[in-house]
Amino acid sequence: MIEVELPPGRFRPPELTRDSLRHLLRRTWASVALPFISILLALVVGAIVIVLSQLIVPGRRVDLTLPLAAYAALFQGALGSFDGLVRTLVASTPLVFGGLSVGLAFRAGLFNIGAQGQFLLGALAAVWVGVMLRDASPFIALPAALAAGMLAGAAWGFIPGFLKAVSGAHEVVTTIMLNYTAVSVIAWAVSEPLDQPGSASPITATVENAGLPILIGRTGHAGILLAIVAVVVVWWLLFKTTRGFEIRTVGANPDAARYAGMRPRFITVLTMAMAGALAGLAGAVVLLGVTRYMTASFGTTVGFDSIAVALLGRSHPVGIVFAALLFGAMRSGAPLMQIQAGIPAELVDVLQAMILLFLVANAVIRRVLKLRGVEAGLGTTETITRTYGAEAVR
Amino acid sequence: MSVEVETVRAPALEMRGITKRYPGVLANDQIDLDVRPGEIHALLGENGAGKTTLMNVLYGLAKPDEGQILLDGVEVRIAGPADAIAQGINMVHQHFMLVPVFSVADNILLGEEVMRDPVFIDRAEAHRRIVELGRRFGFEIDPDARVGSLSVGWQQRVEILKALYRNARILVLDEPTAVLTPQETEEIFAVLRRLADAGHSIIFISHKLYEVLEIADRITVIRRGRVVGQRVPAETNEDELAELMVGREVQLTVDRGESHPADVRLSVEGLRVRDDRGTEVVRGVDLEIRAGEILGIAGVAGNGQDELVEAIVGLRPVASGRVSLDGIDVTGRSPRAINEAGVGYVPADRHRFGVVLSFPISDNLCLTSYHRAPFSRGIFRDEAAIESAAEERIREFDVRTPSAAAAANTLSGGNQQKLIVAREFSGETRLLVLDQPTRGLDVGSIEFIHRQAIAKRDAGSAIMLVSAELDEVLELSDRIAVMYRGRIVAVRDGRTADKNEVGLLMATGGEEREASQVSGPAA
Repeated sequence: MIEVELPPGRFRPPELTRDSLRHLLRRTWASVALPFISILLALVVGAIVIVLSQLIVPGRRVDLTLPLAAYAALFQGALGSFDGLVRTLVASTPLVFGGLSVGLAFRAGLFNIGAQGQFLLGALAAVWVGVMLRDASPFIALPAALAAGMLAGAAWGFIPGFLKAVSGAHEVVTTIMLNYTAVSVIAWAVSEPLDQPGSASPITATVENAGLPILIGRTGHAGILLAIVAVVVVWWLLFKTTRGFEIRTVGANPDAARYAGMRPRFITVLTMAMAGALAGLAGAVVLLGVTRYMTASFGTTVGFDSIAVALLGRSHPVGIVFAALLFGAMRSGAPLMQIQAGIPAELVDVLQAMILLFLVANAVIRRVLKLRGVEAGLGTTETITRTYGAEAVR
Repeated sequence: MSVEVETVRAPALEMRGITKRYPGVLANDQIDLDVRPGEIHALLGENGAGKTTLMNVLYGLAKPDEGQILLDGVEVRIAGPADAIAQGINMVHQHFMLVPVFSVADNILLGEEVMRDPVFIDRAEAHRRIVELGRRFGFEIDPDARVGSLSVGWQQRVEILKALYRNARILVLDEPTAVLTPQETEEIFAVLRRLADAGHSIIFISHKLYEVLEIADRITVIRRGRVVGQRVPAETNEDELAELMVGREVQLTVDRGESHPADVRLSVEGLRVRDDRGTEVVRGVDLEIRAGEILGIAGVAGNGQDELVEAIVGLRPVASGRVSLDGIDVTGRSPRAINEAGVGYVPADRHRFGVVLSFPISDNLCLTSYHRAPFSRGIFRDEAAIESAAEERIREFDVRTPSAAAAANTLSGGNQQKLIVAREFSGETRLLVLDQPTRGLDVGSIEFIHRQAIAKRDAGSAIMLVSAELDEVLELSDRIAVMYRGRIVAVRDGRTADKNEVGLLMATGGEEREASQVSGPAA
């Protein structure tokens, strides 16, 4: 697995000679080149899609500058105004939690496709407790609702981790199944125990006092700060604690971990539970900070987008922040693009998918562009293939 | 061999002035190599000397910056492995490229199927050809046997058959004997000689000097990307070759000196262990190692040595029996508990167990002690302590690296092994378990590791040395135990043991063989 961060333990004052500076730049380039190129290529493909899409409309003249107009509008919508910026931050927040969830699991050699289910369950637990405590003091209601979301997500992550540890059941299979289960659980909970009497369609009451306070602009809720805290905590866990060392070792080489006296099964369960807790927090933050109630159709694709975020961020907390901001910005800029350039907001999905495709097909890119010295694979894509492969052999 | 014929005919292969640069490294510097038809030509050099690069150039895996390749006197371009094979160049890699779940025939046919019609493979014809090919070179092979169930020696023969099946004229063997027993090595040598007699040219890559002297017609020695000499076995010896290879005088056999065994350190009684498939492969082993003593375990790979070792260090459950350390029962304790009791372990498969390749050297050096002071304080890692300890060990054990922060996969095989040795040998150890500690290493690294092992013995550690390299066991051990089919069948004094006798015991189990077949369960 690749280490994006600089080698740890450099407490000597670094001598910034020309050589070391060059070395630093090379290292940085090696780790960011691939994500960067993937984004650029995705934008190119997106531009082609925009140009070609004009052909579908009969009689319309093909405007070759339309992609530029579209991207300009996307950019302006996301970052061009204070409101836009706040929207971007709000949209990025759950992606940060989700990206950390998937990224942490990747570090332990686990592929947490279940972030979506953990996200949904986290949101459900948060609304459940939030509605129960809606009239209590915010100082009690909010932490309780957040904790409930976190625990529910953790439980939903614990299950596949536990199954893998005791029986070898592959987490990719079990987490996908649990995603479907989560959708059903929500549909039931919202239409039965949590349904607000008198409403036409199944809908819960709002969380009132348990909601996250708005801190910036009209929509900038306190969850943004929680996301920053989560980034620091995960970074610190992974790189500064012995537990994090165990997680990374189990992910990089489970046999060596066993040899070193670590307990890979325990680490698997623990990491999946922690990943679940992070995805659960993503759900709780969306529910308590944005929607504040839940319908039976609650659900965004946050959990799935998180996989892309983790891959683009190379499973590094700092990389994940940038990836989440990018994806959040595209989400928040899309409406303006639709209005100004007439390009459907779904283009963002195309871009996102293309970024992912180029990242995963990195071997091809490196070969075609003759990239030397760029880090070989995302360790994380290796994780995907390895976890599939290892199981298939048995 | 007729000299006139050789001088008249053009070399089967000639590489002229091959130069290959990698960023910061001149891997091949104007290398000339010529291989005659029917010749076994040994390519000798330390790890990292440039042998592999040269062969990659020949095999089309690397494009040379300068130089020419000639086949039968005609210049050729080799675009890639498929092209190389088409031109009659085949390579048998050190790590076999076989599909274990496929049969011998399927592996040989793969990519080169004989078709009965456009849909079906003509198995009968394929089998006939394979059996005939095997016979021609002196071995009977069952085309239906599953490759995974074959011994390493036979798997290698499958690889060679694969090459012959593709009409290889030039066969490159990369460290073919690294995984073989002395007997298997002899057998494969016989095969190679027949191949050469039939006109095939063989490039034999190795760093085992005595083997090269035994098998090669000519020897080319490479050091730091240059050809430093060419010799004929009759006119050279191991010492000269080692010096050419390393660039300085090397002591090939470490003086083991006097040992002073003290109290019994490790005691194993009636140990039985199962392998991954549940078969009992350690079938009642009793042994004792005293402090300040090296016990060598000789045996053909796959006779239960790995499982024995893994059970002792806690990586594998014990079916029955007892392992004790200084009289304290440690049977079935966790790897960590056993490590903390003062047991160091150099695993046979260093990439699987010994190192985390993507981690910095510093992290690898504290892999088994990261959770203890000074490397951790509470739940935190102490990066400063990890790094300074790493730098100290890098210096002490001469690990060649620019920095402790470099990833372990930037190290050569020998340096990776030194890293593991540095980690496991440092500090106070009561028992060191060394499983194939020098497999695949060059003479310089082997010398170093052997010296360190002797030093640890003299410092009062008990040492268990498992090696498929009989010479290594004979050179270092104070006592030698021969393991055969999960049992210790004989114990000999290390200084007086007869190589032939021990080799025979390894291969046949001696008298124990009949006894175990009568009384033991069916294997």
